Amino acid sequence: MLKKEIVIQNQTGLHARPATAFVKFANGFQSRLLILYKDKEIDAKSIVSLLTGGIGSGASFILQAEGSDEEEAITKAAEFLESLQD
Amino acid sequence: MKTGIAASRGIAIGRAYVLAETNYLENLTAKAENLQQEIFRLDEAIHKAISEIQGVKEKALRELNAKHAAIFDAHISILQDETLHKDAKSLILSDCSKAECAVKKTMDGYCSLFDQMEDEYLKERAGDFRDVSSRLLRCLSGEEGDRCAGMAEDCIVIARDLTPSDTAHMDKEKVKAIVTELGGRTSHTAIMARSLEIPAVLGIKDIAQTAKNGDLLIVDGTAGIVIVNPGEEQLRTYEQKRLEYIESQNVMQQLVDLPAVTKDGGRRVELAVNIGSAEDCASGLRYGAEGVGLFRTEFLYMNRATLPDEEEQYLAYRKALEAMGSRAVIIRTLDIGGDKSLPYLQIEPEMNPFLGMRAIRLCLQHPHIFKSQLRAILRASCYGKARIMYPMIAAKWELKAANQALFEAMAELDSQGIPYNKHIEKGIMIEIPAAAIVAEHFVEDVDFFSIGSNDLVQYTLAVDRLNEKMSDFYKPLHPAVLRLIKHVIDVSHRAGKWTGMCGEMAGEEKYAPLLIGMGLDEFSMSASSLLTVKKTIRNLDYAQAKQLAREALELGEAAQVTELLKGYY
Repeated sequence: MLKKEIVIQNQTGLHARPATAFVKFANGFQSRLLILYKDKEIDAKSIVSLLTGGIGSGASFILQAEGSDEEEAITKAAEFLESLQD
Repeated sequence: MKTGIAASRGIAIGRAYVLAETNYLENLTAKAENLQQEIFRLDEAIHKAISEIQGVKEKALRELNAKHAAIFDAHISILQDETLHKDAKSLILSDCSKAECAVKKTMDGYCSLFDQMEDEYLKERAGDFRDVSSRLLRCLSGEEGDRCAGMAEDCIVIARDLTPSDTAHMDKEKVKAIVTELGGRTSHTAIMARSLEIPAVLGIKDIAQTAKNGDLLIVDGTAGIVIVNPGEEQLRTYEQKRLEYIESQNVMQQLVDLPAVTKDGGRRVELAVNIGSAEDCASGLRYGAEGVGLFRTEFLYMNRATLPDEEEQYLAYRKALEAMGSRAVIIRTLDIGGDKSLPYLQIEPEMNPFLGMRAIRLCLQHPHIFKSQLRAILRASCYGKARIMYPMIAAKWELKAANQALFEAMAELDSQGIPYNKHIEKGIMIEIPAAAIVAEHFVEDVDFFSIGSNDLVQYTLAVDRLNEKMSDFYKPLHPAVLRLIKHVIDVSHRAGKWTGMCGEMAGEEKYAPLLIGMGLDEFSMSASSLLTVKKTIRNLDYAQAKQLAREALELGEAAQVTELLKGYY
């Protein structure tokens, strides 16, 4: 299992459009991807879970990947999240 | 009189058209008899909803734009989400409830999570869940979609909430104004209303219940006021206001086709628009842009997992060039690094990214990325008037290396027999003080300069423009900045070339008199600033503007320049 700390830097946070793009991206990996944010465990492969997680601009959380491609999954997913645009 | 959120400017007087809410109330309390049957109904409704949304999305792509249409991808993803299926189905099984009740409870549960959020922007995303929820409930009720179908001409649309699906269905020609109970300034409804230039007031409590179809309504989207069944006095006042608003819009509209020339005719400049994609050309042209002064190509590279290939870039540049016709389009090569990074490009974390591996520095380190962009720009150059601009140039060797890469790209195309404009104009951004100070060393190798005022101010004053605590220190009118700008303009003019500006400073009318006086040739800004800047320029006297610039350049403090500028715009 791998973990990485992430800070969301775009101004509007993880709202519908970027979240949809991210879920599609995350589902390309075999690994289970979780976001640990404010005592919540958010399934990064579920749009409902991601949107209701309320991850706004400036939010910092732990991204966690577990599975056969966890190394690639965590690196790529982290880069995706850190370079979100509005 | 009711007050709400002024979401989109303008005044409308017309008859109400209230969008009905689906009637599913009895099924909310009724117990289910056959649980398997309810689960089946739920699955069917989800299927139906998804195929409806596909249709709505295609309509939105045709009538609105890709950004509006993308919201429907989110809705489809929500409907396909395992979490939703699991939550709703387990409610049916545990409470023996009908599918309607399970959907309502599940979706309301999600919406209530949004209520607890602090971030105003995210809070409003509950609207997406309400949209999906009401569609699902309607699909379960067996009613057909599109509650906008019976809309009369020139009506004022009233709804508890206007969903993206509603706005896609709406015949926009018929709608004079929009009033809703829910939504804020950044909600989907507000954004849509502004882009269609329809007045809108949101957040009016209970309006969908209190207003009846056919009620006379006054909507003042500028002040955020709604009056239901107004008295004669009010009608007269607002009719007057409405005409005044239209008049002021017309005055602005007339400006669109007029040149940006000082009132004495002494100085004519060019007003251009900054764009992030070819789609932005349309609004620029609507406000009279004479060209594109800055095409930010980084948006082509962002929000994706891999590099865009040459073909994709070529098509994007070509589209912008074709949209602008004979007007010039300045395409800035990739400006990444600083506050923007790319997931597929490994950039080592830096202590000071704004002083680090950014823009042209990065491109020269990744020749294959730079080359594919240059080739794409060159290939597109046959379809309009393209110009190339390199960002973040500080030293002469960087410009030479960039031009060398351009010549190599040209030679490749030559050997492949691919056509391009051999005389494409090249320029550099002036945003690093070093380049401004020794502009004379660059001028022979370029056709133009474009001042990136945001970075020029930040680098000259050593003030981080993204740091809110430093905002009082961020002074575009600092004498050092003004002298650099003046020097760059003078150098270009002495060489028979020209200087533009594509930072925030160019789009603020208060700076226009000074910049005109200093001799700036081209102003590039967001589409919405074009007309106000043009209006200011057209009211200027060129001799006075030159005098103003002379005086301003003698002053020692930004505050003194600010004071001097008062009364000129």
